Amino acid sequence: MERLSLNETAGNAQQQQQQPQSQQQQHRQPQQNALGPSAPTTQSGPPQLPPQMFTTAAQLLDLTDKKLVLVLRDGRKLIGVLRSWDQFANLVLQDTIERIYAGKLYADVPRGIFLVRGENVLLLGEVDLDREDDIPTTVTKAPFEEVFELKKKEDSKRKQGDKKRHSELQALGFEPEHSGEILF
Amino acid sequence: MLFFSFFKTLTNQTVTIELKNDIRIRGILKSVDQYLNIKLDDIEVLDLDKYPHLSSVKSMFIRGSVVRYVMLPRSEVDVGLLEDATRREAANQVGKTR
Repeated sequence: MERLSLNETAGNAQQQQQQPQSQQQQHRQPQQNALGPSAPTTQSGPPQLPPQMFTTAAQLLDLTDKKLVLVLRDGRKLIGVLRSWDQFANLVLQDTIERIYAGKLYADVPRGIFLVRGENVLLLGEVDLDREDDIPTTVTKAPFEEVFELKKKEDSKRKQGDKKRHSELQALGFEPEHSGEILF
Repeated sequence: MLFFSFFKTLTNQTVTIELKNDIRIRGILKSVDQYLNIKLDDIEVLDLDKYPHLSSVKSMFIRGSVVRYVMLPRSEVDVGLLEDATRREAANQVGKTR
């Protein structure tokens, strides 16, 4: 809490100027990425984490080459290995499968390599390889066609429900939440 | 930048995040960046039955723009200090626009 002071803004500006530099260093010496909490800090006062801990790039660095679940803004769930990324969280996934869920069913569709534009990312979860195969008993695997048909039905039902709710809200003078942005 | 700094003071605390699609995730706040993208470790999804795709996820990166709420541990927030800082920031903003 000591850091919530008037000088905070100036301090942050400095930090941000330093960030591009430290990112470059990361790329040159990946084995020495200095992201661990134990990395030394030069600042005095309360112990601080290094500033490069707090960039988008630093957050993605330790997810590289890991198996991830990527949820997109349109509700798609992709499972693949993160191979590359940049500061906008544009991502490259390898050996990707798309997992479609509908009702109590799911199906996997092999997709291959994905390059995802960062703005479409909703969340990125690291898969625990020990628990990867413990799929909850509430869902069962089914043929793609069956799941796809069910999903189409669910989607159109939800679309109608959303439309109705939006128009009711609008009649009451509310701006519907996340209108214009699809979220699942 | 005030809330960026504020969230930085909360790293390594357990927080619960509610996303705009109603998923609620509890986990240890590991990192936050200037867009308020959030990295959580040791996550636990509340109401997991509804979100089976997150069942084997242990840590996640959440894009700041999809967060609705962040629920914080009460004991870790100095409300008085935050209030002061917020007012100061607001005063600064007014000063800048003039």
